[in-house]
Amino acid sequence: MTRALGLVPAVALAAALVGGAAQAQTIKIGVNEPLTGAFAASGTYVVNGAKIAADEINAKGGILGKKIELVIEDNKSNPTEAAAVAEKLITSDKVPVLMGAWGSSLTLAVMPKLMEYETPMVVETSSSGKITTTGNPFIFRISPPSAIEAAAFKGIVDKLALKKVDFLVINNDWGRGTAEDFSKMMKEKGISIGLVETMDQGAQDMSAQLSKIKSSDSETVIVTTAVDQLTLIFKQAAALGLKKRIITTGGSQNPDQIIAQAGAAANGTMHLTTFLPWFPDKTPNPEATNYFITEWKKRGFEFAGCTESFRGYDGIRTAAAAIEKAGKAEPAAIKAALWNINIKGLNGDIVFRKSGPEGKESGQSQPNVYLIEINDGKVAMKTL
Amino acid sequence: MSEFLQHLINMLVLGGTYALLGIGLTLIFGIMNVVNFTHGVLYTFGAYIMFIVVQQLGLNFFLALPVAVLAGWLLGAAIELTLLRPLRGSDIDTTMLVMIGAWIAMQSGALWIWGGVAKSVTTPFPEAPLVLGPVSVSWLRLFVLAAAALLILVTYLLINKTSLGRAMRATFQDHDTASLMGVNVDMIYTSTFAIGSSLAAAAGALLGPVYVIFPQMGDLAAVKAFAIVILGGLGNITGAVIGGFILALAEELGAGYVSSGYRDAMGFLIIIAVLIFRPTGLFARAERVG
Repeated sequence: MTRALGLVPAVALAAALVGGAAQAQTIKIGVNEPLTGAFAASGTYVVNGAKIAADEINAKGGILGKKIELVIEDNKSNPTEAAAVAEKLITSDKVPVLMGAWGSSLTLAVMPKLMEYETPMVVETSSSGKITTTGNPFIFRISPPSAIEAAAFKGIVDKLALKKVDFLVINNDWGRGTAEDFSKMMKEKGISIGLVETMDQGAQDMSAQLSKIKSSDSETVIVTTAVDQLTLIFKQAAALGLKKRIITTGGSQNPDQIIAQAGAAANGTMHLTTFLPWFPDKTPNPEATNYFITEWKKRGFEFAGCTESFRGYDGIRTAAAAIEKAGKAEPAAIKAALWNINIKGLNGDIVFRKSGPEGKESGQSQPNVYLIEINDGKVAMKTL
Repeated sequence: MSEFLQHLINMLVLGGTYALLGIGLTLIFGIMNVVNFTHGVLYTFGAYIMFIVVQQLGLNFFLALPVAVLAGWLLGAAIELTLLRPLRGSDIDTTMLVMIGAWIAMQSGALWIWGGVAKSVTTPFPEAPLVLGPVSVSWLRLFVLAAAALLILVTYLLINKTSLGRAMRATFQDHDTASLMGVNVDMIYTSTFAIGSSLAAAAGALLGPVYVIFPQMGDLAAVKAFAIVILGGLGNITGAVIGGFILALAEELGAGYVSSGYRDAMGFLIIIAVLIFRPTGLFARAERVG
């Protein structure tokens, strides 16, 4: 037994050497997503979207003559883990570029590591304004910050005749940032702001917050959180008999899942999304959208996940385009190349513009934002 | 006023399940003196049993509940027989470390089997809530409250009115004397741990369908269970029940009238206060120490 155990390190070493030799034939992209914890559903969708992009690129011969390899790590919906995972991907797996980290608080935790190791990251989901305004030149964001979302929503608030709104947001950088940006926009429009309630990212019972909102004199509630918590909110709001109009933000709602889970309570709710899988022909890139949706269904994933998974697909295509443009899989070259790419994403052209303090700007593309409404269990588009 | 009434209704429903979690742990932590870190995992386990029986096997919702309780009982007995029995007589730290290991292993096992994405269970209850004037409550939650109350009553009677309960109390007061009086001490240890575990599984089975089911769902539940046990006094069943309702009340009113951001902190503020002012718990009886 002891002798057999003694062999284990030698075998492991040999395997590592063989594995190492094989890996040199691929170009690695680090993927830092929440696969467990509060955002598990969303993170898993993003990773599945990322795999579709990687398989598509590899089927066409890869980039720079090599296949791309996604090194996927779970950040457990926890900022501390997200930073540790980024460090592991960069130092141990030697990835030249990352995609991540879904949540704003997760991404913000990773950002100092990007500075430390001078490695760029494509941010596919996070929407806190802070990410692109604090002066981190390794950040390239393809998702809309909440200020862009609020600006897009501005056009329709008159039509909706909003008078007073309450907020129920997740208690992190994402939720609080959204409440701030939307409040600012609404105050400019003369809409009064009532309650701003928060919930812990892992909280399962929001009855107390919803009871409070039920008794307020506002007619609309803006809700910001991910799909798991949203479905609980819809169920609990229905159980409390909350009759206010609900508008969700952030693009991580998976409206079809809300219809399935909340039933009739979902009717009349509105959702700000960043992708239109229900109307592929109305998206900026119908051909790619149709390909993506067909591939998604072919792999047996739930259609509801499309509104989230497209981010992973676009994120990996962005990273791959930058590697191709750089001509080599090195962090500095990829970072420089990210400024020069122009690809057709599923939600508009991905072209990075400078954002943040001069000299150390982050990249921010200008994605589209859509407002959809659920009527009779069906998704309908509202024009912004 | 209607808001306050709604908070009270929410408190009743939440408090019932907190009480269930609390009495399960007070049996194990309070009476057996085992710092049971697997309590939260058993809660998760009960919820997944509901998921398997209702969603995957397509069987009746009401049938699934006793199945979950029984499965929790069996898993609890298995943990006691394999991990705790060999450690009988070793110090509290060793047992605690083993229980932490069991917690991590079981939680990772759940992650491995079912994945990290939350699951939900469909229930036979109508979606429309029961509306009573200004307040409303879902039928599912009313059922949960009734089931929790029933389980609490059964446990109370079991401990206080049956010969098994008498043997349990005798064993944990002085297990040598109990053994001399003909009590099968080993059997008592196993059944106490199994009963506590089945109550945790019952709480998970009842709350899983109310919320969503995922591998880490038990962590917060376990922390709250410890809070309730400390609040009510170690080993005190009535204390655990009242402690459960006090915690629910503090959370509801804290979120409703102070700040919703601190909702889950309310329980810990109470614990700090209890430990400072009444370290033996709110409902501990006067007791001889020497």
